[in-house]
Amino acid sequence: MSFIDWLGSPVNWVFLVVGLAILFSSWRVVTAKNVVHAALYLVAALGGAAILFLMLSAEFVAWVVVLVYIGAVLVLFLFGIMITRAPTGKDVGLDTPHKTSPALLSVATFVLLSWASIQAFGTTQVESVGEPTSTEVLGIALLGRFVIPFEVVSFVLLAALIGGVTIARRDLTPAEEEERRAV
Amino acid sequence: MSTFISDLFANFWVSLAGKVLLVALMIPLVGMVIGYAEMKLSAKMQARVGPYFAGGRWGWAQLIADGVKFFQKEDLIPEEADRPVFKIAPVLVLISTVALLVVIPFGPGIIFRDLSVGIFYALAISSLSTVGILIAGWSSGNKYSLMGGLRAAGQLIAYELPLVLAVVGSVMMAGTMSMGGIVEAQIEAGYPYVIIQFIGFGIFMIAALAELSRIPFDMPIAESELVMGYLTEYSGFRFLFFFLAEFANMFSLSAIAATLFLGGYWLPGIPEDVLAYAGPVILLAKTFLLVFAMIWFRWTFPRFREDQLQSLAWKWLIPLALANIIITGALKVYL
Repeated sequence: MSFIDWLGSPVNWVFLVVGLAILFSSWRVVTAKNVVHAALYLVAALGGAAILFLMLSAEFVAWVVVLVYIGAVLVLFLFGIMITRAPTGKDVGLDTPHKTSPALLSVATFVLLSWASIQAFGTTQVESVGEPTSTEVLGIALLGRFVIPFEVVSFVLLAALIGGVTIARRDLTPAEEEERRAV
Repeated sequence: MSTFISDLFANFWVSLAGKVLLVALMIPLVGMVIGYAEMKLSAKMQARVGPYFAGGRWGWAQLIADGVKFFQKEDLIPEEADRPVFKIAPVLVLISTVALLVVIPFGPGIIFRDLSVGIFYALAISSLSTVGILIAGWSSGNKYSLMGGLRAAGQLIAYELPLVLAVVGSVMMAGTMSMGGIVEAQIEAGYPYVIIQFIGFGIFMIAALAELSRIPFDMPIAESELVMGYLTEYSGFRFLFFFLAEFANMFSLSAIAATLFLGGYWLPGIPEDVLAYAGPVILLAKTFLLVFAMIWFRWTFPRFREDQLQSLAWKWLIPLALANIIITGALKVYL
C-alpha cells in the first residue's frame, strides 16, 4: 500500500497528527531547558498515548493512562520538583556537554526495537475489534486467567510502598521524642 | 421542515457540534445560578441582605454584571511569571470541568455520551484539574502562589483516593461503570443506593468538598496565610475561568453523587413515561440540594489545619472506604 492510499482513510490522518504530536512532545521532554516544562510535555505525550489507546477501542486502558499517569504519577513528579527546586525561566543545570554518546545510544536502541518489531509483526494484520473492549471482560481476565501475575504485581507494589516508608522515615532524636510526648 | 432538522442532527458532526455548544453553555449558566445562590444564602446565614440593586429586584443580575466586569479588566501577567504555562493553567482546569458534564445522565437516554466506563472517565478527567492548579501556582512566580499550589496538590492527591474508593461500592452493587446503567440498576433494585452505601455517600461528599477546596478544606487558598493561594496573581477573565470551574465542579460532583447514591433522575413511584420529562427536574432538585448543603457547610465549620486535613484522609477516610468495599463485596456474594 502506498503512502497516498494510506492517507485516504481519515483514521490514518488522526493517527498521523497524534503520532507527530507525541514525537514532538517526547523530543521536547528531553530538550526542554526547564524541568517543569519537560514534565508538562510529558503530560502531552501521555495524553497522546491515551488517544492512541482510544483509537484502538481500548477505552478502559486509555482512561487508566489518564488517571494513573497524568493524574497521579505526573502530579507527584510536579509536586516533587516544586517542593525541591523549580525556578521559572531557563535552568542551566539541565544542560550537559556530553550529548553525542547518549544520542547515538538512543538511536541504536530505536533502530534495534523498530527492527525487532518489524521482523516479528511486519506482516501481521490486526483486525478491527469495532466495539470497545468491555471492562467486564478485562476484569474477568485479570482475576481469572491472569490472577497470579496480578497478585505478584500487587505484592511488588506493596513491597515498594513499605520500602518507601522505611527509607523516608527518620528516627526521632531523644529531644524530639520528649517534645512529641509533651504534645 | 422537522425531517430536515432531524436529518441534520443525524449527521455525526452536526450533533457533535450541538452537544459541544450545549455543554459549553451549561458551564456559565450553572456557574451563575450557583454563584448567585452562594451570595444570597451566605447573606441569609449572616443576617445580611446580599446583592440587592443589580437587575432591579433581589439583585438577580449581580452575576451577569460581575461577568461583564471580569471581561473588561486588563489581562495582567506578572513580570516573573512563566507566560505560556500561566496562560494554559486556567484553560486546563476549565477543560476538565467541561468534560465532566459529558457523562451525567439527566433522564432516561438524556445524556451527552453514556460511556461504558462513565464514572471511571469522570474520575480520570477530573484529575487533570490537579495538574492545572499545580502549574497555576508554580507559573505565577510568587511564593504565596507556589505554597498554595503545593498545598492544593497534596490535598487533591490525598482526597482523590477516598473519592475513587467511595465510588467502588456503588459500582459493585450496580455491576457496571456506566452512569446511565447505575441509575437503571437502582430503578431495578427499587431503592436508591444511599440506603446501603451511606458510608460511601458520606466519604464521597467529604472527599468532594476537599477536591473543590471549599471550607472546611480551603487550606490552598487560606486568605489569612497565603493571600489567595494559587489564585493570587490571576485577574480578569483568567480568574473568571477558575471561578466558573469551581462552581461548575460543585454542580457536576453533586450531580455525580446524586446519580451514584440518590437514584439520579429517578424517584420511587413515578412511572417510566413521566420520567422522560420529569427526569432532568428530579436530578436538578437532588443536585441543588447537595449544592445547598455545600454552601451551608461553608458557614458551619471552621477551616482544618494542614496536618488534620491529611490525617483525616489517610488515617480515617481511606481505611473506612476499604472496609466499605469489603462489606459491599460480602453483601453482594451472600445476599
